[in-house]
Amino acid sequence: MRSAVARRRSAQWMAYAFLLPALAVYLTFVVGPILVSMYYSLFDWSGVSPRATYVGLQNFARLMGDRVFWKAVGNNLELMLLSILTQMPFALALALLITKGLRGMRFFRTAYFVPHMVPTVAIGILWIYIYDPTMGLLNNLLGELGLWRWQRGWLGEEATALYAVVGTMAWQFIPFYMILFQAALVGIPQELYEAASIDGATGTKAFRYITLPLLKGTIRTAVVLSLVGSLKYFDLIYIMTMGGPNHASELMATYMFKTAFNQFRMGYGSAVAVMSFLIAFVVSSTLLYFTQFRRED
Amino acid sequence: MSTRGMATATVQVGPTPRVSRWPIWRQRLSTLMSYVLALVWFVVAFTPIFFMVLTAFKTIREFLISPWALPSQWRLTNFASVWASRFPTYLTNSLIVTGVSVLLIVALSSLAAYAFARMAFPGKRPFFLLILAGMMIPIHITLIPVYILTQWMGVYDSILALIGPYVGFALPISVFILTEFFAQIPKELEDAARIDGCTPFQTFYRITLPLATPALATVAIYNLIGAWNEFIFASVLLQSPDAFTLPLGLRQLFGQYGIDTPAVMAAVTLGSLPTILLFILFQEKVVSGLTAGALRS
Repeated sequence: MRSAVARRRSAQWMAYAFLLPALAVYLTFVVGPILVSMYYSLFDWSGVSPRATYVGLQNFARLMGDRVFWKAVGNNLELMLLSILTQMPFALALALLITKGLRGMRFFRTAYFVPHMVPTVAIGILWIYIYDPTMGLLNNLLGELGLWRWQRGWLGEEATALYAVVGTMAWQFIPFYMILFQAALVGIPQELYEAASIDGATGTKAFRYITLPLLKGTIRTAVVLSLVGSLKYFDLIYIMTMGGPNHASELMATYMFKTAFNQFRMGYGSAVAVMSFLIAFVVSSTLLYFTQFRRED
Repeated sequence: MSTRGMATATVQVGPTPRVSRWPIWRQRLSTLMSYVLALVWFVVAFTPIFFMVLTAFKTIREFLISPWALPSQWRLTNFASVWASRFPTYLTNSLIVTGVSVLLIVALSSLAAYAFARMAFPGKRPFFLLILAGMMIPIHITLIPVYILTQWMGVYDSILALIGPYVGFALPISVFILTEFFAQIPKELEDAARIDGCTPFQTFYRITLPLATPALATVAIYNLIGAWNEFIFASVLLQSPDAFTLPLGLRQLFGQYGIDTPAVMAAVTLGSLPTILLFILFQEKVVSGLTAGALRS
């Protein structure tokens, strides 16, 4: 009896021993820092000097009236919407195309994925040159086509900066979602289409009544992935526009980064981080709830 | 497992039926349209890449005369000057950081996953949920505390600083994938090993791990690409160019070469080669690793 208890005890210790290394790293670099961020957000602190002044919720009060921050929140939401609208339809269309069973589509599937394997920083730099106002490939192309009036400084103008980066993001992420959709399409049993075609449902009809309903789950997953990603997005905006010009493409993450590490306002930067975390959490759980709810219809 | 989905994908069973009811000319037209669309997207996906690679072989003069023309001869001068810069240092740093991080991620997450999948201990569920919650955490909220932490630990501005956060943020998804996989492995083999007198660690190391190779590969590839591309932590935690990883290094070279577009393109081309080669060599594994990782979150 006693030895059984002792054995279970030692098995439990063994389990903790298996868990401990992962838990230690996780607590040190993920959980701990989140709590510390919340604590820092109550201070006015440069991060460099040891002097930090406790200011209570003042940072948050100031944040409420911070135009740049709210501009960034708006941009994040716009980015979220535009990403879904630009990426999902093309990704789905390409997935349908490469699963058509035509010869040579295997080549296209591989080729289409290559842009997604270019490192993000390389993509950002490459597209800076594509969008360049004087020597850029895009303006050059427009010139060749006689569309001089469309030429502009894509990344340097407030009106187009955010959209230009959205275009680059589409180029990077369409292949990824294409593969997600393709995996789901391949999983649809062929018999369904055969049965449908006997009943006279082919082409668009088959797509409307078989493919789309069966793809719903995957589309939902893709949309959720895309929107969660958009709410915390940073990389290409930071590389290509730095949030500029004049905050036209500022995101919550780039604003936080600049506040903390360029202006060394660590306290305020922490408040920005905590606030964007809350906003992202609220927006994504609302949307998740909404899509979950609709799925039950 | 989506690996199975991907395996079927290679067989290319198209979900769209061969529409027997359509007149032959409509089938032909539809096939033709498919190929036209496939080519159009090929052009969209590859124009930037061709631009990047071709420009890398040009002289500045050639580039200024026409960004579209082929280089008059295939010069390697630009690549040579990139290689003579700090590029090899950046590459080495990235290899070390990525290698060490991935090893630690696989080791720590498989240990923890084994505890979650196979052992009984108090607090199992709360611990599991705590780790899973990490999948929703945006990196930004931890940036400032991690920055301060690395300074305390004395690793700031060295590649060692990156390993902790890379491992910490990779754990949730990795533990999740592996726990799921371990739970599917039949228990009998492990029971037999235990009866033969294996300690829990021996059972885990000799029996379970070898059986989990596909899941370990998924975890390794997903995190390998993540760590290789990582940009935010690297830009916060590294300051001197000798410590830069490839993403930061490419940005540095971009700043250095500036209007020498061909040199920048040579840097970006060289910087993109490792991941593209990885993709070409292990296509299915890379694709399923990326999508499996994403689908779990």
